[in-house]
Amino acid sequence: MNRSPLGVVGEGVVRADGPAKVTGATLYVDDLRPEGCLYGATVRSRTAHARISNIRFDPAFDARGVTLVTARDIPGENVVELITRDQPALADGLVKHVAEPVALVAADTRERALEAARHVLFDETPLPPLFDPEVSRGHSIRLFGEENVYSHIVLKHGDSGALFAAPPQGAVLVEGTYTSGLQEQLYIEPQGMLVEPRPDGGLTVTGSMQCPYYVVDALKTVLGHDRFNVVQAATGGGFGGKEEYPSLVAIHASLLVLKTGRPVKVIYRRDEDLWATTKRHPARCRYRTLVDAATGKLLAQEADLLFDGGAYNTLSPVVNSRGVIHAFGPYVCAHTRAEALMVATNTPPNGAFRGFGAPQVQWAAERHMDRIARTLGMDPLAVRRANLYQDGDVTPTGQRLHDVGAQQVLDAALERATRPLPVSIARSRPGGGGHAARLAPGRGVAIAWHGCGFTGNGEARLMGKADVALEGERVVVYTSSTDIGQGTETIFPQIVAQTLGYPLERVCNAPHDTALVPDSGPTVASRTAMVVGRVVQRAAERLHHLLRTEVGADAPFAELVARRTSGTPLRAHAEYQDAGLQWDPKTYQGDAYPTYGWSCVVVDLDVDLDTGEVLYRRLVQATDVGKALNPVLCSGQLEGGALQALGYATCEEVVLDAQGGMRNNRLTNYIIPTSLDAPEMETVLIEIPFADGPFGAKGIGEIPHDVPHAAVAQAIEAATGAVLDRLPMTPERVVAALANDPGRAPR
Amino acid sequence: MILRFSVNEQPVEVDVLPMRRLLDTLREDLRLTGAKEGCGEGECGACTVLIDGRAVNSCLVPTIQVQGARVTTVEGLADGDTLHAVQQAFLKHGGAQCGICTPGFLVAAAELLARDPHPTRPAVREALAGNLCRCTGYQKIIDAVADALGHGEG
Repeated sequence: MNRSPLGVVGEGVVRADGPAKVTGATLYVDDLRPEGCLYGATVRSRTAHARISNIRFDPAFDARGVTLVTARDIPGENVVELITRDQPALADGLVKHVAEPVALVAADTRERALEAARHVLFDETPLPPLFDPEVSRGHSIRLFGEENVYSHIVLKHGDSGALFAAPPQGAVLVEGTYTSGLQEQLYIEPQGMLVEPRPDGGLTVTGSMQCPYYVVDALKTVLGHDRFNVVQAATGGGFGGKEEYPSLVAIHASLLVLKTGRPVKVIYRRDEDLWATTKRHPARCRYRTLVDAATGKLLAQEADLLFDGGAYNTLSPVVNSRGVIHAFGPYVCAHTRAEALMVATNTPPNGAFRGFGAPQVQWAAERHMDRIARTLGMDPLAVRRANLYQDGDVTPTGQRLHDVGAQQVLDAALERATRPLPVSIARSRPGGGGHAARLAPGRGVAIAWHGCGFTGNGEARLMGKADVALEGERVVVYTSSTDIGQGTETIFPQIVAQTLGYPLERVCNAPHDTALVPDSGPTVASRTAMVVGRVVQRAAERLHHLLRTEVGADAPFAELVARRTSGTPLRAHAEYQDAGLQWDPKTYQGDAYPTYGWSCVVVDLDVDLDTGEVLYRRLVQATDVGKALNPVLCSGQLEGGALQALGYATCEEVVLDAQGGMRNNRLTNYIIPTSLDAPEMETVLIEIPFADGPFGAKGIGEIPHDVPHAAVAQAIEAATGAVLDRLPMTPERVVAALANDPGRAPR
Repeated sequence: MILRFSVNEQPVEVDVLPMRRLLDTLREDLRLTGAKEGCGEGECGACTVLIDGRAVNSCLVPTIQVQGARVTTVEGLADGDTLHAVQQAFLKHGGAQCGICTPGFLVAAAELLARDPHPTRPAVREALAGNLCRCTGYQKIIDAVADALGHGEG
């Protein structure tokens, strides 16, 4: 590793985009308003499954100055390009879910566009819908393929069947079912896109997004050409919700530009965003385990996972894949079988969300460990300690683990949690019911693992690219890895400054404009810092080499820059380099991920015995991050992810109406935690370096969302004895669980 | 209708419908885009501005209501090139991530600073409970505001 005495990596330097963000100068897509800009709005279906026809303006509506676009206006193919080609950009004769885009309108004000959208009529002939994933598979109503199955994976390791058929002496069978509901990403900036015609007849597409090259692929198919560039505007949060969905918004705005010849901006209202966009997949996870009663060792495990993919495939097969691989949590077991099904229903498509299948299955895995402990009469922590992964252990995919931090994060989190809260943040807070409240305190502990980067040969297939260029005295980093709050604008320059021994203030990222930057792969899967960061580092090393060759001397980078006579930019390119990972996508055996992150969370809470409300007091998490490139940004990611998981645990519930549409599609009734709901958080960063990460860094973006909800369930159980195996654990469900216990029953 | 008020200490005159949302008047007519729209119904606080020193959701305020009043937006917090103590503290502690909620939090925190220079930590949480953030878990925001108020010039 190329370390310099500057010590930029590992410092909590102020984020590069910070000054603009705190002064209000940062421009998000809705802050842009080019001359002559029109506003677009989307007409959506109100029926879960229907034939549609005869799209037209209400004859009573004065449609002057309003442009209407339907599927007929698509010059290329009517498909949102993704894993499979099942989702249309605009419904053409058939809708498969509520809120499906049917037509588009553009007008010169936002109000006029919304009014026009309300006056677009179409005929709907309802078809029978499917809402229950349990009955969708193989149903005679055909939604996808032969069986309504987007993905079916069986992951076998050892021979669990033989053990379940003839359990060894001392083995106890434990069975349980654990479910979780939809969750909304709830980025505070709604989806939005601005498309402008270019003088050369092409388009410039600017908007809120994680993955500019996804939008490129999607537009090529729909437009039938590639005369456009895609630019990421400052993006107000993503969490996966701006991985694949922005392609649809970009397509819609582009179609309106084609028909009007004017710039068009499409910004979703919050109720529309909640109603129409992707959410976390609901899951039903059935587990059965043979465990040694004396030691608590896991002998054999089987999991049966069922995910609801919604009406189109989106990225669901990959969620299924990550789910099945993470199904048994961070625990070793020689004989496992996990089967995962991702099925189609007539609900709006589910898609990427931080954790990507792992928060659902690790909720189940951790609740199942608690059930095992309960069954055996053991301490939940003792069962975990008896099975926790160590270096050299083999996972269900047959991967031999290295740099395992499971034990360290557990010890570190427990140690920190035994200390009193630092005086600086200690506080008292009245409970839900005021002084008379009956509060039961409880503590819960949960442990997660999370594969960093794409699964299996995914990174080798993507071949993420990056350029680092010397331009005058500035060094510019060219990638398509966007900053959606997590800090890419800061971390990549830190990596480059450290690698080159060059002042950080002379290093910056280029705008994420596909006319300028190579395809680094998507900004997803806990891969940006670890995978793309390493490619950036290698591009920087190559730039140093190019400069040495040009100047004809071997000297530190800064010295060579000073001695350089040429003024032309010098640009170095690097691509992902496979570190010899072996993966067989047919058998699902091999190295599932380059490495794994490890995390332990300890939650202290009170349960209000009368209202069922959960009051969070304190959350300690210890996470193996490999190397904290910027500890402030790193811990900020971990804290934000943990609170999102606490919302998932107790207050975030999507309620569907009879057509499968979100009924509580407003911020008044889809409740996310506020500063009063959040616990005081302490974050311990453990650094067990990953040899192929930049300066040892591992991916950390998703792991904080994997298990805090499981720690909450354990804490509620510790506090009250109530066992909850269904998410979210709303006050109503807590009260219902308490009602079983006369001593604790609500008054 | 012609309405007169001040924004960030500058007198302004706009010709708008009296019921036009203050947020739209600021963003569309005065091109002050620091205040953001996150929900349009007063839940998220991204559009928070001060009217005569009081924090409000500008998506819920008709423009006529600020006739003759002093409006302060995030663009008016800094004194020239000198950032407000809360802005400095946000940079130091990592209070901003994606940044979309940041203007609203800063304005709400500045109001707290003005009315209570040394609040307790629970009081900071209380004062910011009308602003939603999905990135930070609030920890670094609370740290920043507590630090700015404790050690800032307020």
